[in-house]
Amino acid sequence: MLTATPSTLEVVDPGPLSTVQDLGRTGYAHLGVSPSGAADPESLRLANRLVGNPAGTPALECTLGGLSLRFTAARWVALAGAPASALVDGRPVVDPRRFRVPAGRVLHLGRPSIGLRSYLAVGGGFLVRRVLGGAGHDVLAGHGPAPLRPGDELAIGPDRPQPAAPIELANSRCPSGLATLRFGWGPRHELFDAADRERFTTTRWRISTESNRIGVRLLGEPLRIGEVRLASEGMVPGAIQVPPSGEPIAFLADHPVTGGYPVIGVLTEPDIGLLAQAPPGTAIRFRSIPGTDAPAPTPHR
Amino acid sequence: MRQCPPESNGPRLLRAGDRGWLVELPPGRSAALAASVRQQPWAGQVAEVVPASRTVLVTAMHPNMTNALGTALAGMLRDSAQHPTPTWQPRTIRIPVRYDGPDLEDVAEAVGLRPDEVAERHCSVRHVVGFFGFAPGFAYIDGLPEVLALPRRSSPRTRIEAGCVAIAGNQSVVYPGGTPGGWHLIGRTEQRMWDPQGDPPNRLEVGDHVVFQAVSPC
Repeated sequence: MLTATPSTLEVVDPGPLSTVQDLGRTGYAHLGVSPSGAADPESLRLANRLVGNPAGTPALECTLGGLSLRFTAARWVALAGAPASALVDGRPVVDPRRFRVPAGRVLHLGRPSIGLRSYLAVGGGFLVRRVLGGAGHDVLAGHGPAPLRPGDELAIGPDRPQPAAPIELANSRCPSGLATLRFGWGPRHELFDAADRERFTTTRWRISTESNRIGVRLLGEPLRIGEVRLASEGMVPGAIQVPPSGEPIAFLADHPVTGGYPVIGVLTEPDIGLLAQAPPGTAIRFRSIPGTDAPAPTPHR
Repeated sequence: MRQCPPESNGPRLLRAGDRGWLVELPPGRSAALAASVRQQPWAGQVAEVVPASRTVLVTAMHPNMTNALGTALAGMLRDSAQHPTPTWQPRTIRIPVRYDGPDLEDVAEAVGLRPDEVAERHCSVRHVVGFFGFAPGFAYIDGLPEVLALPRRSSPRTRIEAGCVAIAGNQSVVYPGGTPGGWHLIGRTEQRMWDPQGDPPNRLEVGDHVVFQAVSPC
């Protein structure tokens, strides 16, 4: 069968970290495979919708801007997540949420004014070899398409007609100032005493520079739970785990699938994306969802 | 130091986020429950089933299914308590190993045995796959004889080849390839235990019995 050679985008400069991401790998957690995919999945969905792609089409996750791409073919482009300025051959794009880049031009993303990760979707999507069903790079496992490097040629799908999604929809949540993140207690909140639980929700935590797609380290008055002998157990994205140091770690897309420290609570799904957009130094506080601290029912035997 | 969960605990359902339930179980029951969840008529609505030594994490494909999933799991636990007929049987996986790893001599010296005796002890028991973690395909295999128990190496190696068989604490592992590792390398197997391009990618499942078999170097 003859297939046309796909069009490509050439990476001129990847910026600090740019990776291909989608909506993650599902169904392999029991084999040690993290979900991975976009750290802020809602923004990836939005970028795809704005160019008329299916929601989980592979797109680029660009951390702290700085990405430059040369287009060998014209495409619709959408930016969502951390709002970054866009230049095409050095000229500012009026509305970078969605725009057309002609063939032969170079698109450059500026550093976002707020937030951390910008999502760049192109009409037709990025064509990459999938690993375990996912198109995303996993920084913990090291699998999936490698982070972008200068000179990479990224294959893209066929051009799509002018997208119909109204641009007014395009608003991404990024924290500015003190961010409040909602969470549900559990599965191991019962291991923490009342003082620790109180401390957890009243402390103004600060995001450490030791944070990445795996998780976010929080700095603040440590909880006092200390060491607990807990058999390793499955963890979900958004799990807030408390190691013996007492300073919590909130897990993002590339989190380890099992862990041996107690998880005091789990972020609501929308707020996992919000945390993924909080740069180091951001102040955050946790607010519990009412009713989630009820004791676990025991099935009647 | 507190031990959690207590050995005596019966099954409990603990909420784990918008989509998840952590089912806490008495020892030795997680693999059977995980297998049972995968056979339910509603299994198509389940995203992940992650068995570990005392728990099974079950997550829903969509947050609006989570409450129904909890009800279904509670029903399963009640039924299994009333009719304890185990339908699930562990498989036995035999792994041929050449015991010539770079740490074999050191291990032998540390535990006061000869290298061939280390291999013999490693092969003399039935091991059980406890859980996967750390990296894709990294299966923690329980059941290492007490006499071979050693803490991890003080300096981990940066990259371990696929098929290296290693021990630490009361566990063994067959490295999936490409990961760093601080366990003691005692041998190698030629069999692929993990292949990300394979379908399925894994030879081992949680709950499988594992028997290591010494093969002579050719």
